[in-house]
Amino acid sequence: MSRYLARYMVSRYFSSASSRPLHVCIVGSGPAGFYTADKVLKAHEGAHVDIIDRLPTPFGLVRSGVAPDHPETKIAINQFSRVAQHERCSFIGNVKLGSDLSLSELRDLYHVVVLAYGAESDKDLGIPGESLSGIYSAREFVWWYNGHPDYSCLKPDLKTSDSAVILGQGNVALDVARILLRPTTELASTDIATHALSALKESSIRKVYLIGRRGPVQAALTAKELREVLGIKNLHIRIKQTDLSVTPADEEEMKTSRARKRIYELLSKAAAAAKTSKADPDQRELHFVFFRQPDQFLESDERKGHVSGVNLQKTILESVGTGKQIAVGTGEFEDLNCSMVLKAIGYKSVPVNGLPFDHKKGVVPNVKGRVVSHTSGDISQTEPGLYVCGWLKRGPVGIIATNLYCAEETVGSISEDIEEGVWKSSKAGSKGLMQLLEKRKVKKVEFSGWEKIDAKEKQMGIERNKPREKLVTWEDLLAAAAN
Amino acid sequence: MLGHRISRFGSTIVKQLAREGYISTYGRRNLQRSYGHYLPSLPVVPRQARTSQEAWFLKSHKFCTSSTTSSENGDEETEKITIIFVDKDGEEIPVKVPIGMSVLEAAHENDIDLEGACEASLACSTCHVIVMDTEYYNKLEEPTDEENDMLDLAFGLTET
Repeated sequence: MSRYLARYMVSRYFSSASSRPLHVCIVGSGPAGFYTADKVLKAHEGAHVDIIDRLPTPFGLVRSGVAPDHPETKIAINQFSRVAQHERCSFIGNVKLGSDLSLSELRDLYHVVVLAYGAESDKDLGIPGESLSGIYSAREFVWWYNGHPDYSCLKPDLKTSDSAVILGQGNVALDVARILLRPTTELASTDIATHALSALKESSIRKVYLIGRRGPVQAALTAKELREVLGIKNLHIRIKQTDLSVTPADEEEMKTSRARKRIYELLSKAAAAAKTSKADPDQRELHFVFFRQPDQFLESDERKGHVSGVNLQKTILESVGTGKQIAVGTGEFEDLNCSMVLKAIGYKSVPVNGLPFDHKKGVVPNVKGRVVSHTSGDISQTEPGLYVCGWLKRGPVGIIATNLYCAEETVGSISEDIEEGVWKSSKAGSKGLMQLLEKRKVKKVEFSGWEKIDAKEKQMGIERNKPREKLVTWEDLLAAAAN
Repeated sequence: MLGHRISRFGSTIVKQLAREGYISTYGRRNLQRSYGHYLPSLPVVPRQARTSQEAWFLKSHKFCTSSTTSSENGDEETEKITIIFVDKDGEEIPVKVPIGMSVLEAAHENDIDLEGACEASLACSTCHVIVMDTEYYNKLEEPTDEENDMLDLAFGLTET
């Protein structure tokens, strides 16, 4: 009780004791950024929050990551829009940290800077052949079909063969598998980017292999997504019965996690149903391949520089204590032919100048959201006024709602620091940022600019029986925003 | 932090239930083990049990519902009952809502700050509810597969 009461009293004290408002800048306008903004605004009456993003469009992965056939997941945008329209909040798009301004400049302008810019890069496998063409990260493929302006020109090869391999068995892997295998008639009425829909209409991909290093008990996907893909009409699921045998260690894992148990049961049911379905030549197939890890990518003889398959090593599981099992190679190998590989093995964050970064974990070192400058023994020295939230803080895991609790923790730390009286100097805040951007001739896009883009996309969508027709190039987006 | 809040509400609820002469033997620990579950509508109970019904709702992240149509009950003849929302500072806010309205809608209609990221479309877990009393929990239908899928991901999920 005391913490909430103290926070409440201090925020009142702060806003009444000084007429100087609390200037907060949040970098990144995805769920982490917006939940942080929402909580800061509610906790501190004197707070003014600027949310900057390098794209002209807000909402991060809710716009560019959530699959086109999952429109209900995008409803969170409504709440975020309300936050952006709050009188003490401003969205400023097309402003890139590291190019348009530096982290230290931002820290000079604001009392509090919260970095919530997520993870815009990928984990690498580090195996031979990884740079062959036809191999993409799932992130690139997702951004391509979701119309992200950086990837509208990706042109993935969907016509060379009937097989695609996806490395990884998380929800992103399921998303890309679904988009590759869903009938395009179903995709035509979603907000999928038109260039992707056209390419998928001409795609020859009929077999998608989801490869996991470990077994069905360890698969990272979640029940809702699995249930969805198992329910797609005319999509044949292939799972080897032998892959479904469980060890005592597996039973242990299922006992401690109801989610894992339910997923295993779903996969078992699917395997049983698969045995009874008959093969049809043009059918679409989704293969769940377990206990295989990629050893190298194979180059095509006919098309030099292009991938033609993956060499996989069979694995077995070994316990490493604390209930966890890891995959260990057995020395037995096999090849799987394909003309496209999507790596869905995890995202990775990108550091900026002046930001402490843990390159091994791919996150910013922090304690409850406070950025740590260095650690000696048990003591962590934190950077005053600098915080993180979302994937940049926790790593690229969790769902949209996970950021609610993440933001709660970070804002809790901010409020505690305010209580300690760390903000004594006055800062220029928004005014200072606008002056700096003006000086550097940055074409910022405010929320009203996004609303113009939004209106245009929805208008174009009506003409094509889609919820929206996304603008997919920087030029088109900036032109619509300035209209 | 969340655990601290649950136990705080737990104590508020226990005192309230005890005051109403309802089940007073439930310790704090038992209440925390209540099953996370969606509450589609308030169960219709006979008048004498009405006061205890008034006591059990928790505020905070712990609410919700599957989407229910309450529009058909919009007219004045719909029976209304009282719900007391207890917010995170311990403040009690009584509101009158028609039977059949979901708890999430009831909160939003009365400007009570309750998280519902997907606006009741069963696409997230931000409004999941913990029913503190096993007797009432047993009156509800089993959660559907879709609800359980969302609960798998819920923060602060508790077991009975």
